[in-house]
Amino acid sequence: MSGTFVGMPAFPKAAHEAVNNPTLRGNLRHATHTIRAKREKAVAEVSDWAELREAGKRIKDHTLRHLDDYLVQLEESVTAAGGIVHWAADAEEANRIVTELVKATGESEVVKVKSMATQEIGLNEALEEAGIRAYETDLAELIVQLGKDRPSHILVPAIHRNRGEIRDIFEREMSEWGRPAPQGLTDTPAELAEAARLHLREKFLRAKVGISGANFMVAETGTLVVVESEGNGRMCLTLPETLISVVGIEKIVPTWQDLEVFLQTLPRSSTAERMNPYTSTWTGTTDGDGPKTFHLVLLDNGRTDTLADEVGRQALRCIRCSACLNVCPVYERAGGHAYGSVYPGPIGAILSPQLRGTTSEIDASLPYASSLCGACYEVCPVAIDIPEVLVHLRERVVQGGEVTREGNKVVLKPAKGHAAERAAMRAARWAFARPGAVRAGQRLASRTRRLHPRRLPLPGPGKAWSETRDLPPVPAEPFRDWWQRTQGSAK
Amino acid sequence: MSSRERILGRVRRALADAPGENTPIERTYLREHGDRSVEETTELLAENLADYRAIVHRCSPDDLAVTLAGMLAARGAKTVLVPPGLDPAWLADADAEQVPDRPESTPHELDRIDSVVTACAVAVAETGTIVLDCGPDQGRRRITLVPDHHICVVRVPDQVVGSVPQALERLDPLRPLTWISGPSATSDIELDRVEGVHGPRALEVVLVGAQPGAEANPPQEVPSA
Repeated sequence: MSGTFVGMPAFPKAAHEAVNNPTLRGNLRHATHTIRAKREKAVAEVSDWAELREAGKRIKDHTLRHLDDYLVQLEESVTAAGGIVHWAADAEEANRIVTELVKATGESEVVKVKSMATQEIGLNEALEEAGIRAYETDLAELIVQLGKDRPSHILVPAIHRNRGEIRDIFEREMSEWGRPAPQGLTDTPAELAEAARLHLREKFLRAKVGISGANFMVAETGTLVVVESEGNGRMCLTLPETLISVVGIEKIVPTWQDLEVFLQTLPRSSTAERMNPYTSTWTGTTDGDGPKTFHLVLLDNGRTDTLADEVGRQALRCIRCSACLNVCPVYERAGGHAYGSVYPGPIGAILSPQLRGTTSEIDASLPYASSLCGACYEVCPVAIDIPEVLVHLRERVVQGGEVTREGNKVVLKPAKGHAAERAAMRAARWAFARPGAVRAGQRLASRTRRLHPRRLPLPGPGKAWSETRDLPPVPAEPFRDWWQRTQGSAK
Repeated sequence: MSSRERILGRVRRALADAPGENTPIERTYLREHGDRSVEETTELLAENLADYRAIVHRCSPDDLAVTLAGMLAARGAKTVLVPPGLDPAWLADADAEQVPDRPESTPHELDRIDSVVTACAVAVAETGTIVLDCGPDQGRRRITLVPDHHICVVRVPDQVVGSVPQALERLDPLRPLTWISGPSATSDIELDRVEGVHGPRALEVVLVGAQPGAEANPPQEVPSA
């Protein structure tokens, strides 16, 4: 994944800093609460939401079950429509392919549509190294790029910034990248949007190469779909001469008809709209309209490893709507950066450790970045049982076991940090296998109850917990003895 | 081994122990939400277009030229882009200079044009969406993108469908499609919707057809095509 996230501390440490930042917490609370109420209203408008959700889930599961066939079919239909298909096993290969394609055009700058896949592989940094400047054109991506910042939300990467901060970033940084911010720019959202329009217009009009992702790829027709709001997507998809789309292999749907489900559930789940302002679909190239050359780069980068996990593979159903982020109590307080990945929030907590493996500190901690309240599952338009996968991944971190990495089966060692927990569980297993030992222990505890301290302060990491909690009082008689005495003789 | 073979191999190994399934996807969701007459569907389209800040006009076919001329004049448009297959009668009364949609026009040239007038392929009532499929009366995708003012003419009730599933049935996936729901907008500042970013900031939709109440008899229920 993106180099910008290398060396991230574990989630608890990163989140600790975030929750102590009152501006960040205020910004996140305001934004997530605004969208929550709107989403509920947009979903309530369609009486068959449950059926659409179930159909979305089934279409995606079916696609994943036959992913090899659909990939081959997609390749054929894109090629037949005049597109050129490339395959990239990992981020490095995808970056290399795109860099070479851009170099072959002779251009040294590209305009980009917001795309999670290119964020994931760190494409901008790779292009920069090759002397190619990538301009982000989505408003939130622009804010992140100008602010030399990292994205913190799937849909609105600059959700952690309020209007005042955005104004300051525009005023300070726009001149470095092109047209400066207008004189006397205020912090009203309409003026900020206008500033972005003016700043980017020149770049769109002269652009020769556009880079995008895609929300969906239709196997039977070879059609790609980009769902957006601002029109920057349309600019990048239609004005340049060359279009390069980098898309994760799980973005396939089998048929044109399948779009009827997702074009209803995605806008309502993400921006809480009946329909987003602009949706573009294209199939290969069209004579005299739009790019003359179209390249599709199909990206694996950990997706097939995720597919190999029977429980975890459901994460590949994700359509990146970000509804789970907006309802998550942990995300609302910790913010997106704490997740150490371009995929934050509940979906990030199950996607990043599967795409990247659980060997780094941050990835091993992500399955724990949740209270398992289940709100994410409730709102998910493709019914990903995120709590189920979180628990599954916790098990993997603690117990280790067989996983697939880069196509190979490897055995993970149990995590080191959980030695005390494992020792406690081993002791419990020993005791519960010996009823006599349990009985003797309970009787001893009951007889010595007057000597027990009210609290038992532990040393080390258990201190904070044990210092503020009373020990549970032990009854005068163990339950099993009481039962024997009162009921057992009745039989 | 090529990356293509590597990825396909990984997919096949990953699915080796997955249970086989060949059951068709059950589509128990609705084809359309609610039961509406043709006129009610058009009403809903007008309502939802307006809800997302498109300006909606209604007129009869005989009044279309006057209506379009009035809209262009009200906007102060001096130049208007015209797709090759647009009915010349539509702009017969307009004062604005007509610029044809040509392959050799540069984006910079398009950026200097005030308005664009197009037809559409289909309109979706439930979502307030117009869909362009680059037909001869709609032109290249870029002409409805670069100018700041887009006027789209929808023939009602023929071009109006109720729902997204019905729209997809009518559309040809091999044509490049643009689905438009209101003017360009963003939710990127504090997750609140603001209109007007890169696409046209003004979207006006003309619903052209026999006007309700203009006939002696109430409009008949006509099954949509």
